[in-house]
Amino acid sequence: MVLEIRGLAHDYFSGTALSQIDLSLGKGQHSLLLGPSGSGKTTLINLICGLLTPQCGTIRICGEDMGAARGSEADDIRRRHVGIVFQTLRLVSALSLFDNLLLAQRLQRGGKDPATARALVAALGIEHRIKARPAELSQGEAQRAAIARALVGEPALLVADEPTSALDGENMRRVADLLLENAERTGTTLLIATHDERLKDVMPNVVELTPPGAQRRVA
Amino acid sequence: MIGLAFAYLRAHPLTTALNILLLGIAVTMLVLLLQFGRQVGDRLEQDAAGIDLVVGAKGSPLQLILSSVFHVDQPTGNIPLSSQQLLKRDPAVERVIPLALGDNFRGYRIVGTDEGLLGLYGGSIEMGSLFDAPLEAVLGASVAAEMKATLGQKFLGSHGLSGDAENGGSDHDHAAFETVGILAPTGTVLDRLILTSVESVWDVHGIAHDHGSQEHADDDGHAHEGDAHDSADGHAHDDEHADDHGEEEIAAVGLPGTNPLQARSAGPQRELTALLVQYRNASAAIRVPAMINRQTEMQAAVPAIETARLLSLFGASLDGARLFAWLLAATGGLAIFVALLNVARAREGDLALLRVMGAGKMRIFGTILLEGVLTAAAGALLGIAAAHLLIGLAANAFATIGDLGIEPFAFDPLEGVIFFAVLGIGAVAAVIPAARIFSIDLARTLARAT
Repeated sequence: MVLEIRGLAHDYFSGTALSQIDLSLGKGQHSLLLGPSGSGKTTLINLICGLLTPQCGTIRICGEDMGAARGSEADDIRRRHVGIVFQTLRLVSALSLFDNLLLAQRLQRGGKDPATARALVAALGIEHRIKARPAELSQGEAQRAAIARALVGEPALLVADEPTSALDGENMRRVADLLLENAERTGTTLLIATHDERLKDVMPNVVELTPPGAQRRVA
Repeated sequence: MIGLAFAYLRAHPLTTALNILLLGIAVTMLVLLLQFGRQVGDRLEQDAAGIDLVVGAKGSPLQLILSSVFHVDQPTGNIPLSSQQLLKRDPAVERVIPLALGDNFRGYRIVGTDEGLLGLYGGSIEMGSLFDAPLEAVLGASVAAEMKATLGQKFLGSHGLSGDAENGGSDHDHAAFETVGILAPTGTVLDRLILTSVESVWDVHGIAHDHGSQEHADDDGHAHEGDAHDSADGHAHDDEHADDHGEEEIAAVGLPGTNPLQARSAGPQRELTALLVQYRNASAAIRVPAMINRQTEMQAAVPAIETARLLSLFGASLDGARLFAWLLAATGGLAIFVALLNVARAREGDLALLRVMGAGKMRIFGTILLEGVLTAAAGALLGIAAAHLLIGLAANAFATIGDLGIEPFAFDPLEGVIFFAVLGIGAVAAVIPAARIFSIDLARTLARAT
């Protein structure tokens, strides 16, 4: 299993965010985390990525216990197994698109592979923007660049947080297809957290979150 | 991550350039002060080395040393020729070198002396020979190079000790010096002097004297006037020169500003400006200065003491300027601190993204620290280069600096200390902004950023 969550629960001072979450994703399996704002999507992603420590339950990524990991241990599991795409926070601002990819490779794999990075950028159709700074990219280019940055380290699990919420229907479809195509190509397991119901059409495997945290699977 | 540090610096070019400039100015000042302080100090000590005592007319002992050893101030007055004999007869005295000052050629002082002055500074003749006949002159290496002088060339000395004709300088057009020798460079004050015999200085000023073996007589311990031949008989100049000058000028070997109270008599006299004395033994250091100061109308000044006093006065000014320069460097550090603190705040999203991408806290901390250190290093290198360049330009533009023998591209090991101290300032300035990475709540920062 790439991702295995059992009996996960997490509370904030303001109330319960998640309760009794169970989820399993094997290699190459993709899933949509669907729910309205406040349903705990971001909390679940932070727990999976080791940015928060769960109060109850277990999270295993590629067999490693992310839920029990602390500090640098969690950083290490995340670095080796997880790629993350955020909605707006896409690239390191001071570096060019290509340098972002090389840095991500170096941090996640310990070395640079410019050929792979170039091929990925070409596959995403932004090779002409390879030297552009993040601020010089359009919304669509930046979103594709973020996907490239997350995939270039060939993570086992790619977590995307609201990757399409700000996009119109056509661009939503294009980004979703890019994610799926490239995840398929690299054998990456995809977990997309969103409140964008349009994504149901392209990703049939859905985990619905409803406040205060109930889940149900939708085939 | 050094590439990332450079990238962040390049991302804010104006801020980075201003920080580098601020530190660069501070380092330039520090290096200039260091170089001038060190090289001037070394030069003064070098020029005063081997001279145990200077005997001259009463006045400021520092002025006597400055004028007679370093050749940068007006003499205090004149002393009788007999004082040379008085000191030579003293068994505790090894050597007495006479100095007769009063004229210059294009700012280079013409010094009436004997070959003892060459020995004092380790000077040697590179071309030609030492002066022998009246009005023969030997040029110091810097003088010869500056004037592009060759042997046999003649020149007219001007009255006074500076090259500024408006300050009382007038050519002695009746008595031209002839260049008979050029000295090899010594790296001392000798390089910028024009040497001639004491008698030649008297000749130029129309002071009647016996052209003879004054030195020989002195060496023998006897003054035999009878061996000498009269200048009017044996040489080109004559007593008309004396008439040309007039009494008021000649009374003190032609020194403008000479204190009339120091004058030995109303008419032209065979006098000297100062005597450089080397002791034969340590007891002389106690007895000779006391004897000169108490029993004669002259004063004795110890170069070591006066040089130390001068360096102490000079050093106090340098210390003040140095403190200012370090404050400027601290201001540069503060500017780096403010710049990094601001960008660290603005860059929290970036830092969080780097953490998510797999960069450890220490790695990111090191990257921000490196930004401060790189800025400081650039400022320090710029400052050091600018300081040496400025010294080079100043040495070419200002004769005094060139004359002091300041070497523009001599690296002082203390510059390395300044360099690393400035790197330290850069690192300290970056510590607090860099330490923010340890307090960033990733989940909260990412939630805010997204």
